Amino acid sequence: CAGEEKRVGTRTVFVGNRPLSETETYVAQRFCDNRIVSSKYTLWNFLPKNLFEQFRRIANFYFLIIFLVQVTVDTPTSPVTSGLPLFFVITVTAIKQGYEDWLRHRADNEVNKSTVYIIENAKRVKKESEKIKVGDVVEVQADETFPCDLILLSSCTTDGTCYVTTASLDGESNCKTYYAVRDTIALCTAESIDSLRAAIECEQPQPDLYKFVGRINIYSNSLEAVARSLGPENLLLKGATLKNTKKIYGVAVYTGMETKMALNYQGKSQKRSAVEKSINAFLIVYLFILLTKAAVCTTLKYIWQSTPYNDEPWYNQKTQKERETFKVLKMFTDFLSFMVLFNFIIPVSMYVTVEMQKFLGSFFISWDKDFYDEEINEGALVNTSDLNEELGQVDYVFTDKTGTLTENSMEFIECCIDGHKYRSETQEVDGLSQTDGPLTFFDKADKNREELFLRALCLCHTVETKTNDAVDGATEPAELTYVSSSPDEIALVKGAKKFGFTFLGNRNGLMRVENQRKEVEEYELLHTLNFDAVRRRMSVIVKTPGGDILLFCKGADSAVFPRVHNHEIELTKAHVERNAMDGYRTLCVAFKEIAPDDYERIDRQLIEAKMALQDREEKLEKVFDDIETNMNLIGATSVEDKLQDQAAETIEALHAAGLKVWVLTGDKMETAKSTCYACRLFQTSTELLELTTKTIEESERKEDRLHELLIEYRKKLLHEFPKSARSLKKAWTDHQEYGLIIDGSTLSLILNSSQDSRSNNYKNIFLQICMKCTAVLCCRMAPLQKAQIVRMVKNLKGSPITLSIGDGANDVSMILESHVGIGIKGKEGRQAARNSDYSVPKFKHLKKLLLAHGHLYYVRIAHLVQYFFYKNLCFILPQFLYQFFCGFSQQPLYDAAYLTMYNICFTSLPILAYSLLEQHIHIDTLTSDPRLYMKISGNAMLQLGPFLYWTFLAAFEGAVFFFGTYFLFHTASLEENGKVYGNWTFGTIVFTVLVFTVTLKPFLKQQRMYFIFAQMLSSVSTWLAVILLIFISLFPEILLIVLKNVRRRSARRNLNCRRASDSLSTRPSVRPLLLRTFSDDSNVL
Amino acid sequence: MAMNCNPKDEVDGGPPCAPGGAAKTRRPDNTAFKQQRLPAWQPILTAGTVLPTFFIVGLIFIPIGIGIFVTSNNIREIEGNVFMYYGLSNFYQNHRRYVKSRDDSQLNGDPSALHNPSKECEPYRRNEDLPIAPCGAIANSMFNDTLELFLVSNESDPTPKPIRLQRKGIAWWTDKHVKFRNPPGEGTLEEKFKGTTKPVNWPNPVYMLDSEEDNNGFINEDLIVWMRTAALPTFRKLYRLIERTDDLHPTLPAGQYFLNITYNYPVHSFDGRKRMILSTISWMGGKNPFLGIAYITVGSISFLLGVVLLVINHKYRNSSNTADT
Repeated sequence: CAGEEKRVGTRTVFVGNRPLSETETYVAQRFCDNRIVSSKYTLWNFLPKNLFEQFRRIANFYFLIIFLVQVTVDTPTSPVTSGLPLFFVITVTAIKQGYEDWLRHRADNEVNKSTVYIIENAKRVKKESEKIKVGDVVEVQADETFPCDLILLSSCTTDGTCYVTTASLDGESNCKTYYAVRDTIALCTAESIDSLRAAIECEQPQPDLYKFVGRINIYSNSLEAVARSLGPENLLLKGATLKNTKKIYGVAVYTGMETKMALNYQGKSQKRSAVEKSINAFLIVYLFILLTKAAVCTTLKYIWQSTPYNDEPWYNQKTQKERETFKVLKMFTDFLSFMVLFNFIIPVSMYVTVEMQKFLGSFFISWDKDFYDEEINEGALVNTSDLNEELGQVDYVFTDKTGTLTENSMEFIECCIDGHKYRSETQEVDGLSQTDGPLTFFDKADKNREELFLRALCLCHTVETKTNDAVDGATEPAELTYVSSSPDEIALVKGAKKFGFTFLGNRNGLMRVENQRKEVEEYELLHTLNFDAVRRRMSVIVKTPGGDILLFCKGADSAVFPRVHNHEIELTKAHVERNAMDGYRTLCVAFKEIAPDDYERIDRQLIEAKMALQDREEKLEKVFDDIETNMNLIGATSVEDKLQDQAAETIEALHAAGLKVWVLTGDKMETAKSTCYACRLFQTSTELLELTTKTIEESERKEDRLHELLIEYRKKLLHEFPKSARSLKKAWTDHQEYGLIIDGSTLSLILNSSQDSRSNNYKNIFLQICMKCTAVLCCRMAPLQKAQIVRMVKNLKGSPITLSIGDGANDVSMILESHVGIGIKGKEGRQAARNSDYSVPKFKHLKKLLLAHGHLYYVRIAHLVQYFFYKNLCFILPQFLYQFFCGFSQQPLYDAAYLTMYNICFTSLPILAYSLLEQHIHIDTLTSDPRLYMKISGNAMLQLGPFLYWTFLAAFEGAVFFFGTYFLFHTASLEENGKVYGNWTFGTIVFTVLVFTVTLKPFLKQQRMYFIFAQMLSSVSTWLAVILLIFISLFPEILLIVLKNVRRRSARRNLNCRRASDSLSTRPSVRPLLLRTFSDDSNVL
Repeated sequence: MAMNCNPKDEVDGGPPCAPGGAAKTRRPDNTAFKQQRLPAWQPILTAGTVLPTFFIVGLIFIPIGIGIFVTSNNIREIEGNVFMYYGLSNFYQNHRRYVKSRDDSQLNGDPSALHNPSKECEPYRRNEDLPIAPCGAIANSMFNDTLELFLVSNESDPTPKPIRLQRKGIAWWTDKHVKFRNPPGEGTLEEKFKGTTKPVNWPNPVYMLDSEEDNNGFINEDLIVWMRTAALPTFRKLYRLIERTDDLHPTLPAGQYFLNITYNYPVHSFDGRKRMILSTISWMGGKNPFLGIAYITVGSISFLLGVVLLVINHKYRNSSNTADT
């Protein structure tokens, strides 16, 4: 692949790889081939590359060093003891990664070897997909996927369109229409396409699926090039599937790793969980313990050896070589030997066990039937298993509004024409209505205006019709279903239908509308000025049957009001605001008549902008901006977006769990605010602090006013919460609650207002305010601003864990930015779900995901990690103590087999089973009592306290094992035949007690299933001793747990009594709104 | 499609990638395992469950402890088989250099190891160019005092009567029959050991350790016992058995005994001590007050804590009850 190719500039593609004319020499350009390589390794480089990657991990590298020391220096244990576990760990990881890579290879091959048809010399040639070169003309048939990024040249349809579904790319299953440029439409046979002489100039590959600029120069016989612009609507993406079109011809422009899909595949950064940081900290502590032990033993060894008869008694003489070794070198090797002897204190298999736990544990999320949604026939999906425990650690939740909190299934509620309200009610049939749709109106507007408005609704959209019937019966409008990427538009078109205007679909560039008198009107669609999030409006330019050229525009009120003639606004404005307060999504509709002269100019400008290769977006935007002025306001529509099922309960639960919920939405403030009230993010008692353009624009100098407000709010909040943020959780329940509303423009004012230090200051004050508020609503956010907010909170002091949840493409940036990204498999496509770490069908699933799964995963992994350190300290401490009784000679207490197998098979499987199945609290309890979540917040179980607790228990138990056996060995014999045990028996007894205790340990922590391995010991008293020692070593912990439980139980009893009294005050469900209910419960804590 | 069909998904347990595929239901199985609803036995350590446990542990441990203690203390009267031990102190048989200074395959009768012992045996590997059998520091320092026990029956007969000490049956069965073997070959034991030399400190070569064929050479039980290195620097090893002759008389009747020690083994140089112990053995081994005492102690503590917890629990319940009302 030509890696040196730059991403800037353009590339020229010769269609069919033919020179434009015989006179010109065709210079073959080098592009990369169409092979997709998603695999990391090949058969040859797997071993070295994989080993290199694995040894970059500190723990693995450490064990490699220990292994090398064992090989080179005379050490007490054979290299096998550390080599074998290391080999095991490396092998398991390599197998896992190799398997994953094999899957990738298989998937790659499937794609690379699939057959495609290429037109070469007017013949259809069968080829393997990977052989496609840039410039080849490819034939694709219905229901096939495109093998590379193609420019559509022609299709079997006469109008040169084809239908494509991009479900596998972004999950949008609706068919999208792609167009061929006018001049190539006719070339729909292999022969004719071969005669085409054309060159395509387009930008270098870039990952944005929805952006493409290019130009095709078609050389007809006259050798005069005809240039046509190419846009995303001409580019068929690799991975998409051709639908409802028999076959198409296209020319390959991007191949292989340069296709947009391949470019999108890369660059997903790895997220690391906080638990891993704790593990590293613990590793350092244990490394320190290890070094201390080795240093202590080395020192004591030389003190002990200073007595000559200890150093070299007659029965145990050194070799000549040993005597001659340089003393300092000997001390050094002794130190290394001790390190090797004690190195098992660092748990070698921990990483592999943790990884397996995460990997296997994540299945429980995708298996959970509570996450299954009937409607979309799907459950939860886990894209990353690395973050399971992070779900139990979330501090901040950032949620999108539309499609996340709300259903995103729009329903047309009412409209207003010239200030007169029209309301459609689906339930009751009103006999008085003049049309077939039930319609009530309060005050009729002018008939012409009414029809104009309804026509606008029918024309100003990008909705497509789809007939369910296979036979193309356009005569039966009842069969029509509307398809669009925006549910708002469908709602509007359906709304217009209720009022008698039915959109029948596009035919040959004509939009057909059936009016109230059942006549079909045909409008020629001249231009569509597409919607974008910045403009927040869209327009169409149509030619009426009468020949007039009209522009219809619909958009957000703030985007439309400044662009219409000022009179008439007031009535509509009031209407819009009232509807917004009710939580409806409002759009304003405007129109403008364009004089033919003007149209010519506009047409030229638009085409020019569309043809531009560089900065096409900016140019288009500028043209749009010029066109959409001086319009006449006709009316407004309001569409209801229903709250999602249990959205309010979920938010309440998250609040109760001590999480801060921020709503980040692109919607306007009033709508967002009412949604927030509806889902109980704000309570009636919540005092709202507003930082919006409205509050700021009152003053002339925005910045001063902003400054004033910030200071004022901070003062207010500091007064309310004099203490530090630590006591905030408690303070919430006792004090006045505050909510903050901020909009996008104010946010950008705060974040990058001016170059001086003041903006930084603003930011700090703003953050202080945010942290003191129970709920924050950010409205009018651009996608990038959402990510900005997340980043800002992420970098707060104490680096809180953030979670973002959203459903649309505009949430992707924040999903990628936050620690945990959750996608909702919503109606706005699958982009969010694809980029997320976990995806769930509905917002309400967040509750169980965090409160139950997150909690359990965190507790499990915390126990797993602590247990690993615990069991290895337990294991090594007797060995350390033994040095005091064997003259610090590095004599291992355990046999090499025990040393080797302890971590691999004796102890790692039980804890793995435990860490997968453990439920210290029942799932139902966890979901019903959100306050339990607070107990584990802030990585509570992996802090110094619990770590020391486990460490001291380990030390105690290790000492009991050793000294218990030590005293046992003071007898003459332990067997009834008087025979005597040796040092290896000593080690075996210690080891047996150790394995039993360590295995029993999780039982204390409440445990589910187990398997016990037998270890034979022949003497009764050894068994008695084993039982005794196990009991003694577990004794203190049993005692601690019991004492804790006594206290907890009495606390719970208190709580239950109070809750019983609470439950007397019944709580209403989602509606009626604005009822503050949860505070009763939260008082309890 | 390959890229979208991200293999990681499959590995992570995501549903198989089938965009737009047939409407195969993806509803997760409703099994107890997958829904994490396995029946569970959860021993919840509350006062209610643990208090009885404590009492029961106390009630079980104390009698066991008393039983062990009494048994252990009864190992005094010289009835049944009597075991004769020698004890050494401050002798580091567990020193690493010492522990590894042996060649197990030589002791197992491997001919090549016999003539070319392992390097671990240095500096007790070769003497005057002949391989040492058995090689190594352990064998070289074998205990070689001779202990003889005599009974002075009564005043009438002043001549001490020697007590019969059995040399066989003191080693582990596995050691005697599996781990230790004489080298193969024809002829006498001496011929089998041809080409080797005795350990430096030994007076006699290995084939002259005992007169009996099945207790000579590497399978000499004194050697085997010695080769099993002790765990701690103060240790005892089984020396001889005094078998009970008949049921009517005690094995060692009351009276005056002489112990005759042929002193060969130097211990002063490393500040060591020697001991001789005579002991009988019960079902639970030799005399060891530790286990009995420990059981009694743990049982008592457990019982006591049970009482304390009962009181605490009672108090808490009372206080929380009053707080609620």
